[in-house]
Amino acid sequence: MAKIGVFICHCGENIGAKVDCTKLAAAMGEHPGVAVSVEYKYFCSDPGQESVKRAIRDNNLTGVVVAACSPRMHESTFRKACAEAGLNPYLCEIANIREQCSWVHTDKDQATEKAMDITRSMVEKVKRNNKLQPITVPVTRRALVIGGGIAGIQAALDIANAGQEVVLVEREPTLGGHMAQLSETFPTLDCSQCIMTPRMVEAAQHPKIRLLTYAEIESVDGYIGNFSVRVRMKSRYVDINKCTGCGDCITKCPAKKISSEFDCGLGKRTAIYTPFAQSVPNIPVIDKANCIYFKNGKCKICSKTCQCDAIDFDMQDTFEDLEIGAIVVATGFQVQNNTMYGEYGYGKYPDVINGLQFERFASASGPTAGKILRPSDGAEPKTVVFIQCAGSRDPSKGVRYCSKICCMYTAKHAMLYAHKVHGGKAHIFYMDIRAAGKGYDEFSRRAIEDDEASYLRGRVSKVWQENGKLMVRGVDTLLGRPVEIAADMVVLATAIIAQPDAKEFAKTIGIGYDEYGFYNEAHLKLRPVESSTAGVFLAGACQSPKDIPDSVAQASATASKVLALFSKDMLEREPVVATNNEATCAGCWGCVLACPYNAIEQKDIVDRSGRVIKRVASVNPGLCQGCGTCVTFCRSNSLDLAGFTERQIFAEVMGL
Amino acid sequence: MSETFEPEIIAFVCTYCTYAGADLAGTSRLKYAPNVRIIRLPCTGRISPMFILKALQKGADGVLISGCHPGDCHFTHGNYHARRRWMVFRALLDFIGIPPERVKYSWISAAEGVKFAEFINTVTEDIRKLGPFEQYTQLIEQTQAPASL
Repeated sequence: MAKIGVFICHCGENIGAKVDCTKLAAAMGEHPGVAVSVEYKYFCSDPGQESVKRAIRDNNLTGVVVAACSPRMHESTFRKACAEAGLNPYLCEIANIREQCSWVHTDKDQATEKAMDITRSMVEKVKRNNKLQPITVPVTRRALVIGGGIAGIQAALDIANAGQEVVLVEREPTLGGHMAQLSETFPTLDCSQCIMTPRMVEAAQHPKIRLLTYAEIESVDGYIGNFSVRVRMKSRYVDINKCTGCGDCITKCPAKKISSEFDCGLGKRTAIYTPFAQSVPNIPVIDKANCIYFKNGKCKICSKTCQCDAIDFDMQDTFEDLEIGAIVVATGFQVQNNTMYGEYGYGKYPDVINGLQFERFASASGPTAGKILRPSDGAEPKTVVFIQCAGSRDPSKGVRYCSKICCMYTAKHAMLYAHKVHGGKAHIFYMDIRAAGKGYDEFSRRAIEDDEASYLRGRVSKVWQENGKLMVRGVDTLLGRPVEIAADMVVLATAIIAQPDAKEFAKTIGIGYDEYGFYNEAHLKLRPVESSTAGVFLAGACQSPKDIPDSVAQASATASKVLALFSKDMLEREPVVATNNEATCAGCWGCVLACPYNAIEQKDIVDRSGRVIKRVASVNPGLCQGCGTCVTFCRSNSLDLAGFTERQIFAEVMGL
Repeated sequence: MSETFEPEIIAFVCTYCTYAGADLAGTSRLKYAPNVRIIRLPCTGRISPMFILKALQKGADGVLISGCHPGDCHFTHGNYHARRRWMVFRALLDFIGIPPERVKYSWISAAEGVKFAEFINTVTEDIRKLGPFEQYTQLIEQTQAPASL
């Protein structure tokens, strides 16, 4: 027999003025199963809560309904009070008669009638509530950081400096990411490698960081605090433990004309190579596709050169299984290929390059050792045209969004160009100058005022070659006239896009992504570094285009989230999770399709001899977030959602 | 003059968007028609077509369903499941003779208190125009299927 206590709060005048609480209390007192029905000015106050506790103890209540403000306000308060009085907290429900009744209605009779319905409905629900226990899961104190760019390195260092273990996985042969490719950084014009390489070394040498380069994530299973991750260690064909990084093999390698990815195709590398001189770890890899031995079966010059016997042509990919508590995804971005703009001639004219290629020209470690030279003939360009938004903010050919960093790096390019090529003239076609950030607008003004970049507001319609020049035809919309510029080089401020395999990878780790492949945060404003999957966090440009300060800030934020998670031995979660009745489950797996969290697994029911007699769905309470979508999918009514069971909801409807 | 008909409407809403939107309407002290009773669920994906039928069986003149906007679901895609389910279920309702106009579907976010209040008023007016839903009352009595669990 249910013994429900109904506690009707006046909330001062907030409820009392519009709902006749005395009438409500009397009506609820008459309702079957209600043992106590009382009203009070402020139940959330100390004496109010005490009176609830006393009523629970004195009447041995089996359930509590507090008719008061929204459960979003005080559900936890009253559930805690119930627990203190010895009643399972999940036997307490709130009837929202303030936000959704007294505050929104003017007629007292109507409001009272509605309050009665709401409270009665909750009484009927509580009669069918079950005692629930919070779910506790252990936490493995080891973080996985995926991606060794500036965001990944920052996150790894912050976590490791707080004393927790980190595994940093990078798929390229070296740490560094895109930041290592940059020449100088806005708005300070400090050298990118000068600030990046010490961080790379620090991460590699940190006693709490385990670095796995040339490695990729194969699979991720498990849930917050308890992920099992399999990493594929791609074969470098160089034994990482024997190699000293002397570089003799690289010097001797006869396959020297391979286009360098690090130099964006502007420089050349060998088949056994490190992407750049300051690579961390400084251990080369053999590019199997271009290696003469792998192609023809003859050569092995590197192997003969190596005095440490580090070259191993028979090396195979190996796998490493890791137990992980939290994951930071910092997989970065790519630049869009500009060939969709046939009219700009990218890929057709060698002197039309993209912004990242310009960075390599401007970089002291680049193919021209920092001299701005045009690719076609190596001459110094006297006039350079920069075209902003070459892909960004263009729904027809490019992407709809703003890539955020291009206004700033184009201003930087114009400045670097002015500093390196005296007497050179930079023209910049732009749509808007978006220079929001500390010191950013001042920086872009400097490009105009000190370094005399000419900014033309308008788009370019065509680039063509004429008499050894690149003719750029555009429009200056401020002056309202067409412009034609004879340029020596054209630089396109290419859009930032998600990694080409970003969507596939999101499915591997089980996080959400947007239409472009950027990873979705749990809440754009309030939970910007958490993914929708508990225990997986996002840092850097994999979430949206970002500059270095933003990436670093986000990375540090993920570190603080990871450390907060690691500050506990056990995690406690709300027990609002799906449960399955294995006796009636038919194993149709509709629920598996419905579940956004991969929380439903297949479970074998075996007889005494170990023979599988049935396969049923089994909900992993650690992964289940309690949305209940699977319950509605279930064809045999086997699944149910604790706290929102079918019985409870039908009772709520019938109680109205 | 006869008394105006006051429809009974039952709303099934998700706790993250529409329930919070309804709370916001309250904290903003907006005023709206008192005919709607809200049932809170974690997600629109949890809303079974059976709930809608149960509400109509209980005597509701109208039912409304509301959750997060497409793309904003707290549980990533529960609202898409709800929408697809509703597309099918609406046809079925029509087929069995329950006017689909009695069941309203909407997206209201946690920030849309005003939209919530306006929506409640619109739905109340719409259902009022349709009149009481008595089509199956007699049938329920005849088959002696009391509206209970």
